[in-house]
Amino acid sequence: MSETLTSPKAPPPMMDERVRGRSTVARLLARPEAGAIAGAIVIYVFFFIIAPPFRNAASFSTVLYVTSTYGLMATPIALLMIGGEFDLSAGVAVTSSALCASLFSFEFTTNVWVGVLVALALSLLIGFINGWIVVRTGIPSFLVTLGTFFMLQGLNLALTNTITNAVASPDISTLQGFSSAKDVFAASFTIGGVNIRTSVLYRIVFCAIATWILLRTRMGNWIFSVGGSAPSARAVGVPVAKVKIGLFMAVGFMAWFTGMHTLFLFNTIQSGQGVGNEFVYIIAAVVGGCLLTGGYGSAVGAAIGALIFGMVNQGIVYAGWNPDWFTFFVGALLLGAILLNTYIRRRAEASA
Amino acid sequence: MTSTVDTQTGVSLVKLTNVSKHYGSIIALTDISLEVGGGEVTCVLGDNGAGKSTLIKIIAGLHQPSTGTYEVEGTPVSFDSPREALERGIATVYQDLAVVPLMPVWRNFFLGNEVKKGPLMNIPFMKKTCKAELLRMGIDLRDVDQPIGTLSGGERQCVAISRAVYFGAKVLILDEPTAALGVKQSGVVLKYILQARERGLGVVFITHNPHHAYPVGDRFLLLNRGRSIGNFEKSQITRDELTGLMAGGSELEALSHELEGAGAAAAEAAHELEADVSELGIGHQPTSGS
Repeated sequence: MSETLTSPKAPPPMMDERVRGRSTVARLLARPEAGAIAGAIVIYVFFFIIAPPFRNAASFSTVLYVTSTYGLMATPIALLMIGGEFDLSAGVAVTSSALCASLFSFEFTTNVWVGVLVALALSLLIGFINGWIVVRTGIPSFLVTLGTFFMLQGLNLALTNTITNAVASPDISTLQGFSSAKDVFAASFTIGGVNIRTSVLYRIVFCAIATWILLRTRMGNWIFSVGGSAPSARAVGVPVAKVKIGLFMAVGFMAWFTGMHTLFLFNTIQSGQGVGNEFVYIIAAVVGGCLLTGGYGSAVGAAIGALIFGMVNQGIVYAGWNPDWFTFFVGALLLGAILLNTYIRRRAEASA
Repeated sequence: MTSTVDTQTGVSLVKLTNVSKHYGSIIALTDISLEVGGGEVTCVLGDNGAGKSTLIKIIAGLHQPSTGTYEVEGTPVSFDSPREALERGIATVYQDLAVVPLMPVWRNFFLGNEVKKGPLMNIPFMKKTCKAELLRMGIDLRDVDQPIGTLSGGERQCVAISRAVYFGAKVLILDEPTAALGVKQSGVVLKYILQARERGLGVVFITHNPHHAYPVGDRFLLLNRGRSIGNFEKSQITRDELTGLMAGGSELEALSHELEGAGAAAAEAAHELEADVSELGIGHQPTSGS
C-alpha cells in the first residue's frame, strides 16, 4: 500500500482527462497500414542505395508490374482476412481460371470471350464452394481451402494433360476476340519512355474500390464485424454466412481477373503455375497490417505489402545477388513486418 | 424509444404464461410465468443452471416454448428468429454484449442498422447520433472512433443498452449485465436500468445477485432447477427474504454442516454461514404471490 503511495511515476489512470487528444503521429501510427508504409520506405531506400539499376524509371516500372499481379489478388485476400477467413486455393485458382478460359475457347473454337465468361462462372463457383463449405460446416477455412488448393492443383495438371497431352494450354492468340480481350486484360502504354502495363492501373482501381467498400459502405462494416466477432455480428442481424461467401466469391472474381491478365499477356498458361502464390497474397496482406485472427486490416496496406514483395523480388535481381536468397528475404520480411505491426499496435493502443 | 404502453392500460408488453421448454428428454423449464409492462423492471433471479438462459432465449425468439403461451402487447406470438422479436421491439443485450471489440464505437452502435445515404453510409450522422445517444445515457466519450474494446466493461454495457433503446426497443432483456463488473460500474449500469424504466421501457433484468435486483426491480421471479420458486411484487418481499430464497436456505445450512466437519478454518466459515442463515430468517419463508 505504501509503495503505491510513494511512487509518483504511477499516477492513477485519469478517466476524466480525456480531452487531451493523441498526437497526429500516434494517430497515423494507429492506422493498420502504418507499418507497411514505413517498411516500404526503408526497403525502397535500401535498394536505391545498393542496386543502381533500381534507380531508373524503367526498372521501377518492372517492379510495379511484378507488384500488380500480386497486388490484384492481395486486395480481395485482405478483405477475406479482415472477414476472418483464409483462402489457400487462391494461387492455383488463378491458373484454373486461365486454363478454363483458354481450353474452353480452344477446344470448342469459340470466341475467346465465351471462354472468358465460362472462366468467370467457374471462378465464382470455386469461391462459392469454398465459402459455402466454410459457413455450413464451421470447419476452419485454412483446412477447407487447403483441400480445394490440392484438388485444383491436381485438376489443373490432369485435365490439361488429358485434353492437350501437354503441360500447358495451347496458344490462343489466333482465336477470334483475342486482341480485344488482350486490350482489356493485358494492355500497356508508354509514358515518358516508360512502358506501363494496365494491370498496374487496374490494381490501383481495385484497391481504391476495396478501400471505399471497407470504410464507407455498410458492406465494409459487415466485413469488419464478421471477422472481429461473428457471433456478435449475427446477434445484431448481420448476414454472416452471406458476407463470408461473398468474400470468397470476391477472391474468385479477382482470381479470374488475374488469370485473364496472365493468359492474354502470354497467350498460353502452364498448368503447374500459381502454386505458392497464395502465400505471397497472405504475406502481402499481413505485411499490410491484416490480423491473422480477422477484424482488422486495410486494402491499402495489402497493396503496399505487395509493393514491398515486388521491390524485394526485383531488388535482389538488380542488386546482382543470387536469387536463391529470395525466399529467405521474404521470410525475414514477413517476420519483421509482424514484429513491427505488433509493436506499433501495442504502442498505439497504449496511447489511445 | 418512446413507448408508453404500460400498466395503466392493463396490457403487458411481454407476458409468458405457464411456459415449459424441453430439449429432447431434458426439461429445461417447467411452468414459468413472467410479465413485464412499460416502465417496469422484472427481475429474474436464479443460480447457475436455474434456467435463466433458456428463459431469455425464449423471450428473445431464439427458441420457442414447448408448451404455454407467449404474448406481446396482448397478442400471442411465435417467433422464428431474434430478428422477429426485435421487430416487435424486444431487444436482448447478451452477456457478451454483441459488440465487436476491434471496431470503433460508432460502427458497433449502428452495426446491422447502418444509416445509408445513397450507396454509402452517412458517417457524420452516425457519429453524431452515437455521441449524442451515449451522452443521454451519461457517457461522455472523447472519441466515438476509438475501438469499443478500449472502453470499460460498464461503458460497453451502456453502449449496448443505449443502442437497443435507440433502435426502438420497448422491452430490454438484460442478461447478467452486472455479472462481470466491479461495484462502482455495477452501480452505473443499475442507474441506466432505472433510466430505461423512466423512459417507459419494460426491462427484464436477469441476474444472480439479489443486491442488484432488489433496488431496481418491481417484480421478482425466482428460478431454481427450471422451476419457479416464487413470483413476487416488490411490496411482498424484503431484500433479506429475497437473498435468503436465492441462497436456498436449506442448502446453505447443509453447506455449513459440511464445513464444520472440515477443520478449524472451515468451521469458522461455517459459523458465519449459520449466522447468516438465521439472520436471513429462513424457515419462515414468505408465501408465494403471483
